[in-house]
Amino acid sequence: MRIEDLSASELVDSIAARQVSALEVTDHFLGRIEALDKELGAFLSVFPDFAREQARRVDAGQVTGRLAGLPVAIKDNMCTVGQKTTCGSRILENFVPPYEATAVARLRAQGAVLLGKTNLDEFAMGSSTENSAYQVTRNPWDPSRVPGGSSGGSAAAVAARMAPLALGSDTGGSIRQPAALCGVTGLKPTYGRVSRYGLVAFASSLDQIGPLARSAQDCALALDVLAGLDPRDTTSSDAPYVSGLQADVRGLKLGVPRSFLSDLAPDMARVFEEACQVLVGLGATLVDVQLPNLSGALAAYYIVAPAEASSNLARYDGTRYGFRAADAPDVLTMFKRTRARGFGAEVKRRIMIGTYVLSAGYYDAYYLKAQKVRTVLSRDFAAAFEQCDLILMPTTPSTAFKIGEKSSDPLEMYLSDIYTVALNLAGLPGLVVPSAPVGGLPTGLQIIGRAFDEPRLLSCGHAFQTATDFHQRHPEPSYQS
Amino acid sequence: MGRVFVKELTPQEVDHVAHLARLEITPAEREAFSRQLGEILTYVEQLSAIDTEGVEPLLSVFGRADVLREDQAHIPLGVERVLQNAPLQENDQFRIPQILGDT
Repeated sequence: MRIEDLSASELVDSIAARQVSALEVTDHFLGRIEALDKELGAFLSVFPDFAREQARRVDAGQVTGRLAGLPVAIKDNMCTVGQKTTCGSRILENFVPPYEATAVARLRAQGAVLLGKTNLDEFAMGSSTENSAYQVTRNPWDPSRVPGGSSGGSAAAVAARMAPLALGSDTGGSIRQPAALCGVTGLKPTYGRVSRYGLVAFASSLDQIGPLARSAQDCALALDVLAGLDPRDTTSSDAPYVSGLQADVRGLKLGVPRSFLSDLAPDMARVFEEACQVLVGLGATLVDVQLPNLSGALAAYYIVAPAEASSNLARYDGTRYGFRAADAPDVLTMFKRTRARGFGAEVKRRIMIGTYVLSAGYYDAYYLKAQKVRTVLSRDFAAAFEQCDLILMPTTPSTAFKIGEKSSDPLEMYLSDIYTVALNLAGLPGLVVPSAPVGGLPTGLQIIGRAFDEPRLLSCGHAFQTATDFHQRHPEPSYQS
Repeated sequence: MGRVFVKELTPQEVDHVAHLARLEITPAEREAFSRQLGEILTYVEQLSAIDTEGVEPLLSVFGRADVLREDQAHIPLGVERVLQNAPLQENDQFRIPQILGDT
């Protein structure tokens, strides 16, 4: 068996049993990145020397832990001390964080080896990873297609087996949508489950860090390490987290919001239905649930997210870090010119929308209204969860689209998040597991749970993966060497 | 306040928002934003169909408010690390162009 065929859990066990050294494992994945990533563009930076040094320390017994020797890739919007963190933006082109994100620190404290930083839509704003200031990431299943976004680099890295585990962030679907389009497993935890300290803020009330990996089991392994209260993030939660997977869904009631899914394309509806029936075959029952206001979620999202982004991104003014327009005669011009040159088109568009909806006279009609709709959506979910244990939905309206296909129409691009954004607005956790392909391209089943119910979510995904092999299928991108 | 219906922003509105957002924009951007913001604002109009009468806004996702910590002294990052990314610095401070005289 090749090293890249081992799951994260198997790699950790093999390294612990000294069947393979951490350095061999790290070298193997560095070799795959070297061979494949020129075509795929998943990584913005790779740290060969730093990664080997970390691996050697594991082999020497200087570093131990539950992830000892496991190579991981980190989305480039999480601070890595001493290593550039660009957010896919020119404005942070040379930014080297003086501190580390808690999620990254937690992985490292358990012996994980950082391979590099993955590409994303600038400031995580996008659904295709085409909006990066640096490069386009390609879908390993078909390089003419997008990997989804904004965590497209992380999803592509896992799908092409350039990393067994990656971190992403999810503000409106940015872990789940690329996981579905790349055929990997992705978890958006409950808001507050994982500390956001050191995650470059996009929309603070929606952002959440989570793992992308090859299975629910590997996502559980990562969440065991990532979850927990962090004094540096006051929105992080002390809700108890009990790890443990059970491949058993007997007696579980799974809600399906059928009326919301009536517009689904026939092929996507078919694979969704097949996935539901797999769980029925394992002993779960399906119940129809109503989420009457779900169709308004995307509209609420496109008020709340840009509003919060316009506020969060006010800090990029060229004063303390990042790019500065050097030719400005006064400070106001410096601010404006720095931002004009440092931000890309989509980021500017969202700052403009956010600024507009928060501006005098419009706050109540837009932001306040959207925040009230969030309460309505939360109540809808609470009512649905009185009739079921988990909710099933598709992840995306289609399979991976062509590069360039939607980049000229912002609203059309936003619609690719139609099935994912509601969870962020309500703070709920969602797991995506690969379901049957359509036209040779991956799709994902989305499993939604009550707040802080990740163990049940992951167990359901694990059960699904004991009965299916979609998560084990992978593209075979060719080596160029 | 009541419904706001916007199909296209005027160039003056776009300029005002760009100023508030501290963004220099080109004539091409002014035109594009006028249309694109209008489209997005029209799309989000559908929220008016959702009844929110008497509904409280969701201000904190799981109701955790006023999270406090002990008032203890911490060792800060230190001047060198705080300034390590500064575009321009002088005497352990961030250096910027003049403030007075701008509009």
